[in-house]
Amino acid sequence: MPDTNFKIYTIKEVTLYIKDKLTSDPGLLNIWIEGEVSNFVHHTSGHFYFTLKDEHSQLPCAMFRWANEDLKFKIEDGMKIIARGSIDVYTPQGRYNLVVSEVHPKGIGELYLKFLQLKEKLAKEGLFDVEFKKPLPRYPNSVGVITSPTGAAIKDILNIMNRRFPSAKVLVIPTMVQGENASEDIVRSIGLLNKYKNVDVAILGRGGGSIEDLWPFNEEIVARAIFDSKVPIISAVGHETDFTIADFVADLRAATPSAAAELVVPDKNDVIRNIAILRETIYQYLFSILRLQNKHFEGVSHLLKPKVLLNRIIQYQQHTDDLTSSLLIQIQHKLEISYGRFNALTEMLDAVSPLATLKRGYSITLKLPEEHAIDTVEKTKEGDEVKVILQDGEMRCNVEKVIRTHGYSGKEALTCKEVKNETEKEDRKEK
Amino acid sequence: MEEEISFEEALKRLEEIVDNLEKGQLSLDESLKKFEEGIKLSKLCNKKLVETQQKVEKLMEKNGKLLTEPLTTE
Repeated sequence: MPDTNFKIYTIKEVTLYIKDKLTSDPGLLNIWIEGEVSNFVHHTSGHFYFTLKDEHSQLPCAMFRWANEDLKFKIEDGMKIIARGSIDVYTPQGRYNLVVSEVHPKGIGELYLKFLQLKEKLAKEGLFDVEFKKPLPRYPNSVGVITSPTGAAIKDILNIMNRRFPSAKVLVIPTMVQGENASEDIVRSIGLLNKYKNVDVAILGRGGGSIEDLWPFNEEIVARAIFDSKVPIISAVGHETDFTIADFVADLRAATPSAAAELVVPDKNDVIRNIAILRETIYQYLFSILRLQNKHFEGVSHLLKPKVLLNRIIQYQQHTDDLTSSLLIQIQHKLEISYGRFNALTEMLDAVSPLATLKRGYSITLKLPEEHAIDTVEKTKEGDEVKVILQDGEMRCNVEKVIRTHGYSGKEALTCKEVKNETEKEDRKEK
Repeated sequence: MEEEISFEEALKRLEEIVDNLEKGQLSLDESLKKFEEGIKLSKLCNKKLVETQQKVEKLMEKNGKLLTEPLTTE
C-alpha cells in the first residue's frame, strides 16, 4: 500500500484491496487442495461450511448450494477429501476462505486427481466433443472386441451377441487389460483393429475391478488411440459407476461389457419384425399400384363391355329401324300414288271398254253359235241367229234381211226385229 | 441377387426399395421388378438372421502380418 500520501483507509477499503489481490492471483484460482473435514455445517440456506485442515494449518471453506447439489456422497467431519476451488475473502469478517466447486473423497487419492486433471486437459483439447463421435453401424457385419480372451467380459459379450444378432462376426483381439503394460497393449490392439480393414465397430473393455485395475483405461495414450481410431469404438469398462477417460473419448459409452454387446448389435427379433413391416409395406404399395392400374384399365375396358356394345347395337338398330320405316312410308306413298294412277287408268280403261259403250245404249251383236262379233254385214246373212248384248241383258234374234249401205254413214244397217240393234251396230262401227 | 451381399447392404437395399415405391414415381413394370427384388431381399435378410451361426475369430499379428484363427475360450 503506497505510503507517500498520508491517508487513513477504511477497513472496508483495505479488505476490498486484499480481496482484489487474492482473487486476481492465478495461483489461488481453481486449485486442488486435500485435507480433513472439520466443523461441517449444512446451513438451512443449502450452503456447506467447513474447515479443511492438516497437521499444520486450517482453511475455512464454503461450498454453495449450486455447487453441492449434485454431490454423490455425504461430507462428514473427519473425512479426508480433495477439494477444488478458488481463494476468496469474506469481507464482513475479514477472513479468506476457499470457495469450493468440486469435492471428492480422499480414498482414491492421487490417481483420481490424475484422472481429473487428464480429463480436464483432454476436454480442453476437444477429445470428448460430440462432433468427433463416429456414427455406429446399425447392422454390423463384423464386430471387433478388444479385451482379455479369458475374462468374464468376453463370455458375456459373445453370449449376448449370439443371442441378439448371430450374423455379426466377432473378431476378438486378445489384449491385456490390467497391469503395467496394459495401456501399451490396448494401444497396439486398437492399431491392429484399424489395420485389419473388415471391422465395422469395436468394443473396448473389461469387467469390474478396483480403480487400479481399471487404470489403463485412464491413460492418455489409450485416450488418444481411441480418438485416432477410424473404427468406431464402444467403451465398456467395469461397472455402471466406473467412469474412465476411455468412456469420455469413445464414440459410445456402455456401462458394462454386457451393455456394450446390447448396444453394438440390434436384436434379431426386432429386425425380423422390421423386415416383416417392410415386406408388408411393399405388398401394400404393390396392391395400391395394381389398384390404380386396374382403374386405368377399367376406364378403357368400359368401352369394351358387352352392355356398352349392346347399347351401341340397339342404337344402330334403332337408326336402321328409323331408316326402314321412313323407307316404308316412302314406298307406301309411292304405292299410293301408283295406286291412284292405277285407279285412274282403270277408269279410263273402263271408259273405253266395249262394256262401257253398252251403258251408253249401244249393243253388240254376236253371231251364233260361234259368238263372233258381227262388226260388218259381211259377217252375216239372212236367217242367221244372232245374240244382241245390251247393258242389262241379251236378245236372241234372227236376221231377216241384210242391207248393205255405203261407207260408214250409218245408213247401212241390219234389219232386225229390234230397231235398236241397228243403231248400236252403227255406233260401234263409227268408233 | 448375390448370396454374398451383407445383411446391412441387403436391408439397406430393401429400405431403398420401399422408399422408391413410397415415392410412387415408378412405372408398373419397374414397380413389379422392385417388388420382386424387395421380397427376395426380405427373405434373404430373414435367412441371414435366422440361419447364421455366430462366427468368432481372433485377430493377431505375427511377424508384422495380420492373421485370424478360430477363438477357443477355455
